[in-house]
Amino acid sequence: MACIELQQIAHRYSALPGEASAYAVQPLSQVWQDGGAYALLGPSGCGKTTLLNIISGLLRASAGRVLFDGVDVTGLSTERRNIAQVFQFPVVYDTLSVADNLAFPLRNRGLKIAEIETRVATVLQLLGLEHMARVRARSLNADDKQKISLGRGLVRTDVNAILFDEPLTVIDPHLKWKLRTELKKIHQQFGHTMIYVTHDQTEALTFAERVIVMYEGAVVQIGTPQELFEKPAHTFVGKFIGSPGMNVLPCATDAGNLLLAGKVIGKLPYSASGAGQLELGIRPEYVSLVATAAGNPDSLPAVITAVEDNGKHFVVRASINDMPISAIVREGAAIPESPRIILDPAKINLYRNSHLVTA
Amino acid sequence: MLELQQVSHKIAGETYIDNISLKLERGTLTVLLGPTLAGKTSLMRLMAGLDKPDSGDILFDHKSVLGVPVQKRNIAMVYQQFINYPTLTVYDNIASPLVVAGVKREEIGRRVAEIATLLQLTPLLQRKPAALSGGQQQRVALARALIKRADLVLLDEPLANLDYKLREELRAELPRLFAHMGAVLVYATTEPTEALILGGNTVCMHAGRAVEVGTTMDLYRRPAGLLAARLFSDPPLNTVAVTGSAGNFSFHQALPAFRLGNNVSLSGDFTFSVRPHSLQTEKPASNAIALPATVAVTELSGSESYVHFDFCGQAWVALLHGIREFARDEQVQFWVQPEHVMLFDANQQRIALAAN
Repeated sequence: MACIELQQIAHRYSALPGEASAYAVQPLSQVWQDGGAYALLGPSGCGKTTLLNIISGLLRASAGRVLFDGVDVTGLSTERRNIAQVFQFPVVYDTLSVADNLAFPLRNRGLKIAEIETRVATVLQLLGLEHMARVRARSLNADDKQKISLGRGLVRTDVNAILFDEPLTVIDPHLKWKLRTELKKIHQQFGHTMIYVTHDQTEALTFAERVIVMYEGAVVQIGTPQELFEKPAHTFVGKFIGSPGMNVLPCATDAGNLLLAGKVIGKLPYSASGAGQLELGIRPEYVSLVATAAGNPDSLPAVITAVEDNGKHFVVRASINDMPISAIVREGAAIPESPRIILDPAKINLYRNSHLVTA
Repeated sequence: MLELQQVSHKIAGETYIDNISLKLERGTLTVLLGPTLAGKTSLMRLMAGLDKPDSGDILFDHKSVLGVPVQKRNIAMVYQQFINYPTLTVYDNIASPLVVAGVKREEIGRRVAEIATLLQLTPLLQRKPAALSGGQQQRVALARALIKRADLVLLDEPLANLDYKLREELRAELPRLFAHMGAVLVYATTEPTEALILGGNTVCMHAGRAVEVGTTMDLYRRPAGLLAARLFSDPPLNTVAVTGSAGNFSFHQALPAFRLGNNVSLSGDFTFSVRPHSLQTEKPASNAIALPATVAVTELSGSESYVHFDFCGQAWVALLHGIREFARDEQVQFWVQPEHVMLFDANQQRIALAAN
């Protein structure tokens, strides 16, 4: 295992000089702690796979240095960096058995037979593949093949890091749950440094201790799942994380009060002086519906446009003065026909020009 | 109306579709829900006429279409991998089925404008597909399929290759879009959540069979059998064996007996099952059932926590509101209310309880 450090890394695929927009990865310095579980999260084209390939050595960055435990590996090949990789689509040796597929990287490294057998047996058991150890990989279905790819990534204990690029995208939902839990257990047990690239917020938040959110080649926030949820640093993060994402509504201030749709909805949660467009962000989880204004002086009248039942809770789509707002209502709770909306004041974040205003 | 009568299909001796009968009305959406290899794509190929069943009949508006070649049927298909003509603009891509059909220019213009508005493609009409994001390209493919006004529209996991967030947006848009059409719509997915958002009717598929058919929400809440209950749960359904004796139920461990309602007096062996979001850590009511657990892993997903734990030797998962962290091997008491329990008999058939 190793601590991985990126120093002023930047990458451009095309040779357009001097233009920031041509960066696939904008200049970035970042330390990945030894034994950490990280996720790189963002939409397609945000640069997350490019960044992963720079760490693995599949790609040489156009600028900056990569250090493993303080040693410069910028010029080293993937093989010399001693890392394991798992990709979106299974990579297996069709003519080899499941056990031989797993043993392959160990034999390459010249490990003793007894040790190879122990490690292969451990991984087979972890992934529930014991009963098919002797089966040729060719005859397996796509899910089992991807398990082998995962297993090959996990079988070596001497790697500096394990890198995953959308490893569960092609897996069925039920198996996805199982494999994600296994990965988490494996991380707790063996403490590998793991970096996991995905566009799926659930995968990123559930897997990682720290999530790096990327957008248009730049890191917009690094934080724990809870920080990304409670205090998104940018409205993009607020909208990208959460189902539905954070509500972002233009607002105003007046003498210490917060105004939405021209009406005071409470005290300003914290001072937000400065120039630029002011917006408030509130998660649908913290928006509630009440039937009357009585006892709810800070409520605003709203019109319900749709109610979605996802089997776990209701998502109420409403609008306040034509501004769309979503609320999550628990199963079994009543939804008033012409509701008034209350925003939990403790959960309101303020944004100026899309960036979080901090207290 | 599309009707399948006892349709079976084998490829190289292996059964892909096993005796399926279905009636799909015009103006309705039917979701085919099941894991990979359940037979969703095979069934759609039979519906489209790309394959011919070994036995059974397929009728459209009461006439058999088995002898009608696919190009003579009025069908539109959208696949997981979006397909567009790379050299044509978005406008020409969407218009292409109408051009082939010899529709007048003014009419084409009107219909492209209409569908582009609906799918929010209007500002992109003069671009080439390569200049679009994946989600936009799939919307173009959808627009081309929908503009034909086909009698039968087959959508085979159309959102599977898209980013999570885009998928979420399109999922919310699709029911609104489909509401405008009078076609028979069929939509295949592996994801229970997607089926719930789309609504309509659902066919739960497994191993080439139509396990259960019903309106989507009803099938989710009141499946007839354990298999459909499992297929229609994400996170997975929690199950454990219980024994009943005149309405007093016990888990197969030294735990207190419990009841599932005053009028329930069942005896015998049953499967007790609970969906993850119905588990709680606070005792919700006096008749709630206690489930002592040993935590394996906790996963946080922002506003919710997935707690994986062991209950009576079974791997269970609870979906809790808020950020809840538990240590590995921590002992936690979960609770479930009787009305959230699904009980299945020895033949895996659900027993209707008064509480449900």
